[in-house]
Amino acid sequence: MSEITFRIYRFEAGKDASPRYDEYKLALEEGDTLLKCLNTIRGAQDGTLAYRMSCGSAICGSCAMRANGHALLACKTQAAGLVKNGVIQLDPLGNFPVIRDLVVDLEPFWSSLRKVSPWLQPNLADEPARERLQTPAQFQLIDDVTTCILCASCWSDCNVLEVDKKFLGPATLAKAHRFIFDTRDAKGRERMEKITEPNGLWDCTHCGECSTRCPTETKPLARIEETREAVMMAGITNSPGARHALGFRESMRWFGALNENYLPVRSVGFFNIPGLLGIMPVGLRMMLKRKAPPMFPHWIDKVGEVKRIFKRFHELRKNVGGAGTKTDGDD
Amino acid sequence: MLSHDVVIVGSGLAGLRAALEVVGHLDVAVITKVYPSRSHSGAAQGGVAAAMANVDGDSTNAHIYDTVKGADFIGDQDAIEIMCNDAPHVIVDMERLGCPFSRTSENKIAQRAFGGHSFKRSCYSADRTGHALLHTLFEQSMKKGGKLQFYNEFYLLRLIVEENICRGVVAMDMKTGKPEVFHAKSVMFGTGGYGRAYKISSNAYANTGDGISAAYRAGVPLQDMEFVQFHPTGLYQHGLLLSEAARGEGGYILNGNNERFMANYAPSKLELAPRDIVSRSEQTEIMAGRGAGPKKDYVLLDLRHLGKEKILERLPQIYQIAKDFIGVDALDNPVPIQPTAHYSMGGIPADNDCQVVANERGDLVKGFFAAGECSCISVHGANRLGTNSLLEALVFGTRAGKKMREVTLDAKWAPVNESREISAARREIDEVLHNKGTENLAAIREELQTTMTDKVGVYRGKDDMEAAHEKIRELQDRFRNVKVDNKKGVFNTNLTEALELGHMLEYSELIVAGAQTREESRGAHARNDFPDRDDGNWMKHTMAFRTGEGGYELKYRPVRVTRFQPEERKY
Repeated sequence: MSEITFRIYRFEAGKDASPRYDEYKLALEEGDTLLKCLNTIRGAQDGTLAYRMSCGSAICGSCAMRANGHALLACKTQAAGLVKNGVIQLDPLGNFPVIRDLVVDLEPFWSSLRKVSPWLQPNLADEPARERLQTPAQFQLIDDVTTCILCASCWSDCNVLEVDKKFLGPATLAKAHRFIFDTRDAKGRERMEKITEPNGLWDCTHCGECSTRCPTETKPLARIEETREAVMMAGITNSPGARHALGFRESMRWFGALNENYLPVRSVGFFNIPGLLGIMPVGLRMMLKRKAPPMFPHWIDKVGEVKRIFKRFHELRKNVGGAGTKTDGDD
Repeated sequence: MLSHDVVIVGSGLAGLRAALEVVGHLDVAVITKVYPSRSHSGAAQGGVAAAMANVDGDSTNAHIYDTVKGADFIGDQDAIEIMCNDAPHVIVDMERLGCPFSRTSENKIAQRAFGGHSFKRSCYSADRTGHALLHTLFEQSMKKGGKLQFYNEFYLLRLIVEENICRGVVAMDMKTGKPEVFHAKSVMFGTGGYGRAYKISSNAYANTGDGISAAYRAGVPLQDMEFVQFHPTGLYQHGLLLSEAARGEGGYILNGNNERFMANYAPSKLELAPRDIVSRSEQTEIMAGRGAGPKKDYVLLDLRHLGKEKILERLPQIYQIAKDFIGVDALDNPVPIQPTAHYSMGGIPADNDCQVVANERGDLVKGFFAAGECSCISVHGANRLGTNSLLEALVFGTRAGKKMREVTLDAKWAPVNESREISAARREIDEVLHNKGTENLAAIREELQTTMTDKVGVYRGKDDMEAAHEKIRELQDRFRNVKVDNKKGVFNTNLTEALELGHMLEYSELIVAGAQTREESRGAHARNDFPDRDDGNWMKHTMAFRTGEGGYELKYRPVRVTRFQPEERKY
């Protein structure tokens, strides 16, 4: 097959002032995985090229890197599909300090993981002599999330982490989900309270990059959404994120549209004086730039129809067992 | 110099399980060349064996007999009894620690059929059981916080044994390139197998057998190295593992004429015969010209009749691997497969408490332990049954931990000469970095792996093995001038690859030598010129000792037989 160019990020911490790209030519053969190409380059052209690899079968996560700007596992990706104008560009995972070439310092990832007490905390009082029982359906609740291989692809491409290094990150939130949804765990509520603190569950902006890049069925965004639902149902609503979600719903229900004056105040909290003072400068700047929404709320014409939708929704929900009733008092 | 009461090298199931047994009682550290969650235990797919009897009338006695027979009667039966007796306990233990298991309709741990097991004995978590177990132990190790110290991405350089007392190890921090001495009262290896010596291999790139070879260089013998398991369902040309669960769930193996040929080789068990038998049958079909594909050099794994739902629910990883790596959709087409080097039955000889054995008389190396695939206890004999490896790692990892706790508490520190150890390690590194630099590293490795797959594989012929032995000697010579481009700096994978190759060249010779000398066919070791098992002469374990520069000597040690005398092995 055709010869292509690999454009690879090169950098050695403590030696190089700035990174560079080296180019390697390679004739692609049908069926070549990206990792096989890298091994050929390292074996025949440049032994100094550094990258991680281990299992070669997409279960250990070592060979996660970015190709053409997006994270993937080199071992399970066909190289041919990555060629753009005759070139594949390889970079180390994003949102990490680089140690050498495609090898990054994963410590931020591991230390984030440790923050959510990622181990089972069962109720020791009712341990039977044999295995604890779980229905197949209960196992299904954690089937997808326990496929996570901790490759950090999601961390690499997370848009929140790019601007906020304190964010727990997609894999850590998925790990929290894994225990919140495990029927054998007794600390679900504590776990939910913990991850709804600042820089946690509600800081995700739903961009979906984590799930797009995830090489397993973990799909962190889906797990984050399930966890948010669980948190709301448990009535853990005392956080800006939860108040934002509730405010959004209230706004839709009352006005039939988003009230942009109401939402930030509701999210911060009506009685949170320091918080409200904190967002005032933004509001003032918006007014000065004439970007502020109108002072008086605006109702859409057929707001009654929207209310009917909400009413019908509540009826339906009651019929399926009254889930979520705890949050109903808020609106 | 760093010092810990107990130093464990390897962070797979055996290493982590042992560490959890020791932590809180002694100061323990785990050294790994990767990260714990990336250890190769995680690649095990189909399950872990235990006579839980959750779905049928299984018994521990049946498990013991199946294992003895699967091992072709060269397993040590007292060790096998221990493993099978402990099996249900370690499964319950793992469930309590949080391992997610697939469940039966009665909400118990689900169990399925596996080759060579006479009952549905394999407890599983879809087809990623090793991953589920490994991550559970990794979670538990995080629970221990700072009490369990990890040295991630440290590469083992030397095992320190003097006067038959183990005193620690030397390992290099990949991040800095600096060798460090780890002084210890007890050292345990859970460093995995040596399947990477083969070209077609299901093993991780990391499975270069460094631990086994480091022990050998320190004067410890290696046992039964000739017994290498070839897994019948390796992905064609890649060697990647497609779990035996595929057959446990009812998958067929077909030749190029679409015949279920296992009916001719193991009429009662068919595809669920033990791995050595299925691999040999596949190889026989291919050699007889009945393979599939343009070169007739593979056979086919057919899952189509299982239906979409079963494939996606029970075998999702297999489905994905076939799709990603060779573009075959297993729902619509059979998957090309061939035998792949999979498991090392041989390794560091150890007693039932994982204490390493120093010689054919059974004397111990004080303070040195081995468990998991790097060890040879020997519960697998000449052929391991599927799902017995995760079990072995859990059972003997636990036992190693308990024994270390017991003997280390009262042990004294044996002195270590730090500067001498560091210089010795540096000398070994310098030999690789500073030589004539005329030989290509990847080329030597490729030649070794090709030689092993072609000449010391499923079937072994006298001439082939002689040629392989000669080739390995030649490659050992050429390796003295191996070229390493990267002379210094951080994360020097060029250097570690060279050191790994040195290990592979060293023990590969012992695989061949053991195979050449063992003039019989037993389990995974199949000789063309000696097709029968010879219990009169060969009911014994091979032990290879290092003698001076490059030499070796083979000695033998009896098999421990308790309840089952050797009988014909038919399925």
